[in-house]
Amino acid sequence: MKLQTSMMAFAAIAATAGMAAAQTEIQFWHAFTGANGDRLVGQAEAFNASQSDYKVTPSHKGNYSETLNAGIAAFRAGEQPHMLMVFEVGTATMMAAKGAIEPVHKVMAEAGIDWDPDIYIGSVKGYYTTTNGEMLSMPYNSSTPVLWVNRNKFEEVGLDPDMDLSTWQKVDVALTQLKDAGADCPLVTAWQSWIHLENFSAYHDVPFATKENGFGGTDTELAFNSEAQVAHISKMGEWAKDGKFIYTGRRNEGGANFRAGECALFTESSAGYGGISTEAEFDFDIRPLPYWEGVGNAPQNTIIGGASLWVMAGHDPEEYKGVAEYLKFLSSPEVQAKWHQDSGYLPITAEASELTRSQGFYDSNPGTDVAVIQMTAKEPTANSKGLRLGSFDQIRGIIDEELEGVWAGDKTAQEALDSAVERGNALLRRFEQSAR
Amino acid sequence: MEKRVTFKGMWLPLLLVLPQMLITAVFFFYPAGQAVWQSLFIPDPFGLSMQWVGLGNFEFLLSDPYYRASFATTAVFSILVTVVSMGVALYLAVLADRLIKGSGTYRTLLIWPYAVAPAVAGVLWLFMFNTRVGVVTWYLGQLGYDWNHVLNEGEAMGLVVVASSWGRVSYNFLFFLAGLQAIPKSVIEAAAIDGARFWMRFRTIVFPLLSPTTFFLLVVNIVYAFFETFGVIHTITSGGPQQATTILVYKVYADGFVGQDLGSSAAQSVILLLIVSVLTVIQFKFIERRVHY
Repeated sequence: MKLQTSMMAFAAIAATAGMAAAQTEIQFWHAFTGANGDRLVGQAEAFNASQSDYKVTPSHKGNYSETLNAGIAAFRAGEQPHMLMVFEVGTATMMAAKGAIEPVHKVMAEAGIDWDPDIYIGSVKGYYTTTNGEMLSMPYNSSTPVLWVNRNKFEEVGLDPDMDLSTWQKVDVALTQLKDAGADCPLVTAWQSWIHLENFSAYHDVPFATKENGFGGTDTELAFNSEAQVAHISKMGEWAKDGKFIYTGRRNEGGANFRAGECALFTESSAGYGGISTEAEFDFDIRPLPYWEGVGNAPQNTIIGGASLWVMAGHDPEEYKGVAEYLKFLSSPEVQAKWHQDSGYLPITAEASELTRSQGFYDSNPGTDVAVIQMTAKEPTANSKGLRLGSFDQIRGIIDEELEGVWAGDKTAQEALDSAVERGNALLRRFEQSAR
Repeated sequence: MEKRVTFKGMWLPLLLVLPQMLITAVFFFYPAGQAVWQSLFIPDPFGLSMQWVGLGNFEFLLSDPYYRASFATTAVFSILVTVVSMGVALYLAVLADRLIKGSGTYRTLLIWPYAVAPAVAGVLWLFMFNTRVGVVTWYLGQLGYDWNHVLNEGEAMGLVVVASSWGRVSYNFLFFLAGLQAIPKSVIEAAAIDGARFWMRFRTIVFPLLSPTTFFLLVVNIVYAFFETFGVIHTITSGGPQQATTILVYKVYADGFVGQDLGSSAAQSVILLLIVSVLTVIQFKFIERRVHY
């Protein structure tokens, strides 16, 4: 009882304080730290300074998983923020929580804001849009995997650093030459499931899961144990056995090795740019992610990783108006172009990309447009719009476990992927039940 | 011989145990009851709806071969942590007990690691054994041994066992040393006069007289290995490679907080609760009989 009274008193004080300032406060919970955290706060400050009706207050709530958990716990306690940053694998969880969220298209329409969802890049927007074209959350930070090349390492072993590495067939030859010339670490990767299965499937236009990768309903089943994926993982298993591919861990541990100059090739997010450009004491190149020549419709487009902003239910219309204004502000070409150039994340609108080009950023920072081109070269297909799978963070954990079996030589690629599909499907069925 | 204090009425004693009962009820029975209740549902993460599934969560778990395998992993891990941390602690305590000079310094130094939080201990060990930049890994490399706990299951298990036991050695050491010092010197001297050498005295006199301490530590360490090693596993291996270090309590976390699958997570907590209760009962029933107080 006492707690309740004191909380009410606190709420009353907060309310009067809000009135005194005559501003509507918008709570924004996010998962960013360091330089990107400062940039995020900078955006909010710029917005607050640009008008006097609303005040956006960003609060850091831990890493992606912790932020999502904080949002969920807050919703259960009736204390949810207006905006919550949720990483892309949490998308299905948020979508299924119909009573907990306000779809972005609805927030924009009700606020009466002139807003065209078609300004967003298709492959970014698609991830957060329903099959009827309704945008549910606002893309915030998006990245896509690319191939990083340590040019010095190539020169050291007498290879031409400008050699063609566009296909895995050509990379295979390079890896053999690197290994034969005594390189310790020819290839290393970050986020193995995201790059070598999820993006691999989209890039080759083969399904990762049935029902348009889960966009068509929660009764989806995993399908990444088909010929194309098995062949790729099997080849990587061979590389691991021959010491051509070095496994360093489930997350982006390999980044330390690459930045230290140990590794020749690194498959990692385009957002690795910030870290690599500041730490690497060698010449590096950004190349498009390789594909297998002749497999599927490669190269299709790659898909995104990163996070989007979800609007939580249970607030006043006036507050949602502020949210809508802020989302519009974030989508403006100037804000987006700056965010893209500073952080290395993709621009979410075509206009921002154009602006960046006209400012000459791509000319003075060669390779920074590789990811943009890779994402936008082709119109996304049912297999390359993105993924919408429940319990997906956990399914990635299962994929990691099974892939480790392949790298260690305990399992064949077929066995491992079959097992990952079977175990993942069990989780999808549970999710289907909980979302019913 | 035995002293017995008796109360006249029943109100005063009730009043005296009340705070303890209240704390147990609020912080143990209530959450445990919640866990049991939740384990019968599949809730959605936001608490908007709940599907009654009866024992469905338990069926789902027990039919999963990977969950069943994690029982074996937990058993191996707990036994290793208990044996390593108690064995090393006993050895150090016996040595420290024989010291004449400077025993205070030794004791203080040996107790230090206990002040290090498990997650921090995990990070320390991870740095030493990092497959690329670790100091120990580098020295092992010089000796021709290729350390890679990221892919080698045995090495991963070894590393989490050592990291979990390390801080625990201090705690056990304290109790063992106190136990050793409580053994009457006269008994040991008498045995020495009878010609019993150190090992003989340890085996036939010291160890049996130390058994209450050993028993207490056994219970406490098993509970520790079951529940409190989470931080170490999380920072060092996240349960991998494959599922080599996924112990039961780690899976509770992964399913509940990563997977947002609260029903399964609650069911796992209930299973864990049952296992620890059974283990404790077994320990008190069978092992305690062999303890000399």
